[in-house]
Amino acid sequence: MAATGATDVTHRQRRSLRGLVERHGRWLIILPPLLFLFVFFLIPFCFALKISFAEAALRIPPFSDVYSVTPDHKLHLVLSLANYKYLLTDEVYAVSYLYSIKTAFFSTLLCLLIGYPMAYAMARASKATQSILMLVIILPFWTSFLLRVYALEGVIRDNGLLNDALLWLGVIHEPLKIMRTTFAVYLGIVYSYLPFMVLPLYATLEKLDLTLLEAASDLGSRPWRAFLDVTLPLSMPGVIAGSMLVFIPAIGEYVIPALLGGPDNLMIGRVLWDEFFANHDWPVAAAVSIAFLVLLVGPIALHQHYRVGQHEH
Amino acid sequence: MESRSSPFLISVLCLGIAFLYLPMAVLVGYSFNASAMASVWGGFSTHWYTELLQNRQILGAARLSLEIAVLSSTGALLLGTLAAVALVRFAKFRGRLLLTGMVNAPLVMPEIITGITQLLLFVSMLQLIGWPTRGITTVVLAHIAFCTAYVTVTVQSRLQTADRSLEEAAMDLGATSFQAFVDVTLPIIAPALLSSWLLSFTLSLDDLVISSFVSGPRASTLPMVIYSKVKLGVSPDVNALASLIIALVGTCVLVAGYVVRRGERQRLAEAQSAAG
Repeated sequence: MAATGATDVTHRQRRSLRGLVERHGRWLIILPPLLFLFVFFLIPFCFALKISFAEAALRIPPFSDVYSVTPDHKLHLVLSLANYKYLLTDEVYAVSYLYSIKTAFFSTLLCLLIGYPMAYAMARASKATQSILMLVIILPFWTSFLLRVYALEGVIRDNGLLNDALLWLGVIHEPLKIMRTTFAVYLGIVYSYLPFMVLPLYATLEKLDLTLLEAASDLGSRPWRAFLDVTLPLSMPGVIAGSMLVFIPAIGEYVIPALLGGPDNLMIGRVLWDEFFANHDWPVAAAVSIAFLVLLVGPIALHQHYRVGQHEH
Repeated sequence: MESRSSPFLISVLCLGIAFLYLPMAVLVGYSFNASAMASVWGGFSTHWYTELLQNRQILGAARLSLEIAVLSSTGALLLGTLAAVALVRFAKFRGRLLLTGMVNAPLVMPEIITGITQLLLFVSMLQLIGWPTRGITTVVLAHIAFCTAYVTVTVQSRLQTADRSLEEAAMDLGATSFQAFVDVTLPIIAPALLSSWLLSFTLSLDDLVISSFVSGPRASTLPMVIYSKVKLGVSPDVNALASLIIALVGTCVLVAGYVVRRGERQRLAEAQSAAG
């Protein structure tokens, strides 16, 4: 009896010690990522907000001070709304903003139209084929994104493989102009992001209960009707997840319009890049970023948040 | 879900896969073209590969990118795992909502915005405290920030499904909570840790936009060098480089796929023998 009592005491001691470590030790776990992301992800937006109220200046770094301390220790604050006014007056920003939404929307739709049948066929293959197909779809993702866009250029440029083949076949007599067109931008986005659409769609379709389809057809549903009434609604989570994975990177895309697009393919990412590297107007670039964030990223983030919230409850 | 597909579905799948692979196959083909002109086939040659191996600019950039990728993916693995443990294991703590937001936001943030804002931070920090100078340090810091998000999300979902009672059993047998985590849970989430490290490594190695903003004049990463070459038109040594990368990644993915499948089969066999 005494022996058990003794172990009980040490056990309890150990437990209280553990409790102590756990109560304070958990900050050792929480603080490093919290502080790091706070300093290097969140604080940058505060600086961007501050600099968006500054004015461009010929110095290093190229913007004026927003606040300064005068010799008599008074804080001097100069907020310039000129950058935001400029965004509203120069129509290139509104145009490129809407153009980005349009391009991202239609390329997402294209990805969905191509990706859905692909995912559907994958989900219906035998288990062994499915795992091979998964590898085949994932593999391009691990190679470089930039090199893949460059590889696409090799196919669609004026003397590229596609034109050579069509000329050789006699289908066309003059090379098709694909590079530097809107079509090339769509092609580039679909080519780059198709795997992101296929994978979540496949994941939901693969789990789909086939007996539901059988039930539908037993009840006299035609295959097409059964697809619209049963399969499509049940695969909606995959459709939404895949569309988000394509739409979000597509809207801020820089590389694809810059390498494949023409001068009219003014997506907001490209305008931002030029504002920064060609015009060296950092305050305007900061203002464009803040506006982009409020008008676009904010709504998407809120939507994601509520969607995840719905799933949890 | 297993049944026969219509010919339509199968042909879309095949065409889709062909669409994904054709450009890469063409690129590999061009890399063996003796002619520097893309439209002319000048015969088979490995000339561009020897040229590539003598190109100091590309080799230097590749080395720099690999260093950055190793440092950032390792940093992101550490921070992301801590964040995942915090979010899964601690139901309530001050800053939980903030951490959740900061972990998920990079996933919906356009790279170009992250790049610009981080550059503005680094420039302002340099002005205020004299650190960090733009270059390898700033690129690594920026990459850790966005890779941490991917690690957290991956590890978090694995940790949520891990059986907590095993750890409790270990603690009842006298292990401290730290020991129990390291000895019991860590091996369970190890595949998720490995895959998120690899994911971060790839994302960091491939990043052009964020690096272009936060890097300094003497630290051009591989994507930055490739981009400046590609922007000027066709560049045969980039073809050779791309082919090498495709071959390397292809081998790695195939080996990884084989290992995973073998592991699954083994686990299945063990489960069956245990049940029998």
